[in-house]
Amino acid sequence: MSIFRAGTGSIRRRLTLQLLASAALLAVVLFVIVFNFARQIGAESQDRVLAASAASILEATAVQSGEIVIDIPYFAFSMLDNANDDRVFYQIAQDGEVLTGYDDLQTARGPGSAPNFATVAFRGEVLRVVTQTRRLSSDGRPVNVTVTVGQTRDAQAEVLNRISRMAVALGIGFFVVSALLAILAGRVTAESLSRLAASVSRRGPEDLRPVVADVPAEMRPLVRSLNAMIARLSGAFNRTEDFIAEAAHRVRTPLATVRAHAENTLRRVDREENRDSLREMIRAIDESSRAAGQLLDHAMVSLRVDQLELHPVDLHSLTRELADKLAPVAEMRDMDIRLNRMAGAEVMGDAILIQNALRNVLENAIKYSPADTAIDIDLQVRDHRAYVSIRDQGPGFRPGEASTLTGRFTRGENAAGTIGSGLGLTIADEVARAHNGQIEMTNNTEGPGACVTLSFPLR
Amino acid sequence: MRYAFFSLALSLLAGPLAAFELEERVLFDSPGEGPTLRILSTTDIGLMRPVIEAFLEENPEISIDYHAASSTEVMLALTEEAAEFDVAISSAMDLQVRLANDGYAQDHRSDATRGLPEWARWHDQVFGFTLEPATIVLSRDDFEGMDLPQTRQDLIALLRDNPEQFEGRIGTYDVRTSGLGYLFATQDARTSETYWRLSEVMGGMQARLYCCSDDMIGDVASGEIAMAYNVLGSYADARTDLHEDIHIIRPEDFTTVMMRTAVIPETAQAPDAAGLFVDHLIESSWAQENSSFSFLGVTPQGLAQSASLRPIQLGPGLLVYLDRLKRRQFLEEWSAALVQQPE
Ligand SMILES: Nc1ncnc2c1ncn2[C@@H]1O[C@H](COP(=O)(O)OP(=O)(O)OP(=O)(O)O)[C@@H](O)[C@H]1O
Ligand SMILES: [Mg+2]
Repeated sequence: MSIFRAGTGSIRRRLTLQLLASAALLAVVLFVIVFNFARQIGAESQDRVLAASAASILEATAVQSGEIVIDIPYFAFSMLDNANDDRVFYQIAQDGEVLTGYDDLQTARGPGSAPNFATVAFRGEVLRVVTQTRRLSSDGRPVNVTVTVGQTRDAQAEVLNRISRMAVALGIGFFVVSALLAILAGRVTAESLSRLAASVSRRGPEDLRPVVADVPAEMRPLVRSLNAMIARLSGAFNRTEDFIAEAAHRVRTPLATVRAHAENTLRRVDREENRDSLREMIRAIDESSRAAGQLLDHAMVSLRVDQLELHPVDLHSLTRELADKLAPVAEMRDMDIRLNRMAGAEVMGDAILIQNALRNVLENAIKYSPADTAIDIDLQVRDHRAYVSIRDQGPGFRPGEASTLTGRFTRGENAAGTIGSGLGLTIADEVARAHNGQIEMTNNTEGPGACVTLSFPLR
Repeated sequence: MRYAFFSLALSLLAGPLAAFELEERVLFDSPGEGPTLRILSTTDIGLMRPVIEAFLEENPEISIDYHAASSTEVMLALTEEAAEFDVAISSAMDLQVRLANDGYAQDHRSDATRGLPEWARWHDQVFGFTLEPATIVLSRDDFEGMDLPQTRQDLIALLRDNPEQFEGRIGTYDVRTSGLGYLFATQDARTSETYWRLSEVMGGMQARLYCCSDDMIGDVASGEIAMAYNVLGSYADARTDLHEDIHIIRPEDFTTVMMRTAVIPETAQAPDAAGLFVDHLIESSWAQENSSFSFLGVTPQGLAQSASLRPIQLGPGLLVYLDRLKRRQFLEEWSAALVQQPE
């Protein structure tokens, strides 16, 4: 049985997974950014060197007596030397006609005199080439000298390789650190939740004070509504108790008044049929009065059982007082309540509830026994338990009926002529069980009569 | 000697075999079933023989077919002719770099190549295995009782002061025909303006132009000429028979150091054997302190210690002087300085 809807999962796991997913995403993004950045930087630095090389060749280009003279400086190519020994290709052309270098080298075409870059295939290699043009004047007519310098990209590839390995390591490192942080964050969050849960569930059922646990700001609304709910609940408890007391008073008083009127009238009425009606009326009033009283008692008992408060109860004197209290009722039927073996016993519980339970049992004994018989009460202690047994000399329980009589509104067949609501044993049973006790209903072994025993653990 | 060894006058043989010009061809035939390694080299067989024999000692199943040619012929053979060789050895570092740059070489990686310093290999395709200084060789007779010039400035002053003694008796490479001579000249020109002043002076004294270091060394020793500029120091060192007659000077202002390099051409038929041979070259020159290798005019340690030794860097910079226009300009300038008509 679960009052929670399934599928919401654990906050800790969800939080951790979300953080892990975003860490993984960030790690990948980090890698891509670093990788692209490195590639761009690598390409740019190669482009810069290539452009410098081409520029140095153009710089060394001059017109001497109407002829183009190009004195390629040594450093034009030596500056392209690198640890990976990248291969170098070049071409110098005048107005589209190749003067020197590699005839079949592809140039990077583009507008303007700024260097143009391209990546081309050449003799089974991929080259980065730069093409730059310089306009000279020879014998008054313009001449365009175009220099193209190309280089393989091994060094760049190696640098990129190295950096991407580093970027992978960086990404993994980043992920591992974030993962640890994510797990930690999940745990911390879950902990503050479970701290709250623990502080709520640790308290006793009667404890309706507001929760004051130290919780993160996000959880304060939860605590606030929890406290509001607790306040409403405790308000409702108090109101219900008040209501029951009030209701008992409000119901019993008018019924008592009506009953008194009916009895007065009965005394004054002579006609037998009218008297019968009045008697039935009085009986109905008694039934209602009893039913209302028992209902309200039952409600009160349920309420107190729900928030049971345990105090030491002296079972011995409680039983004695109860016997004294009901002695007048018994006497009306010429019955004698005998207190026999009365041990001293102290139990933990709610005195009002225990008294209520015993009273209902004793009332039954009085109610269901013939007049002029005795009721025996014993209080015994055995195996850390106190046993209060009440025996009468009435007809006893019908065989097989006893176990059903603790049900609500359940009455036995022998109850036909007596006033009752069927809640007495229900109350006694509920009270006994709330105190970890038991109610046992048997018939006397020697002689007739019922024997009802309530037992409670000793303090 | 286990190898059937023969040297042939190649004018007889090379003609129908290849369109490029061979100078010499030697076959080291092994009885084994292994591959025949075809080597195309600018290096005389005499200097290479000990290295090759040591290699064959270790790899008796391999035969070696050794071809000697000029550096330009080596380049031509591998590019235009697409001749099938397994190893190309050349003193012309620029041409070797160009081979690799233009895609005519294949990669080779081994423990030996990884052991090379960064500047002695390029692109896992060009491997330097010698360090050979460009030296000045002087005739002992002519410099009897004189202070030996230690720098180019000394040399210029000496020539200016004694024009009658050196007129027509100076030798240097004809850079128009010698790849190595061109490499030395361009590196000199790049390093210092002194080179042009020296060239002017040498040109003014009717310098004689040579194809090869060996000829210059021989002529200095015989007293035919008094001095030779930019002679391969390794060759001069190797001619111990002539050391009575010559001084070998490494100029103190700067000494250009060349690396002989090996390349495995793209068209190699026996690349594995070629790799073994290249590793052998590297190991016998770099790894061993006192190797029998005749080319180690400079040790790697000596290079690190001396400020005046300037090794030519393997790298794309070498492509500059191979440029058609650049070469034409350089040769024009060089000719103007060195090939002067007598006044
Ligand atoms: N001592 C007893 N002897 C015989 N029957 C009894 C005895 N006590 C209870 N009963 C039977 O058990 C039934 C249930 O008793 P319970 O006290 O619950 O109801 P009630 O007495 O009928 O009504 P009320 O709520 O007014 O007490 C009774 O109606 C009666 O039949
Ligand atoms: Mg009753």
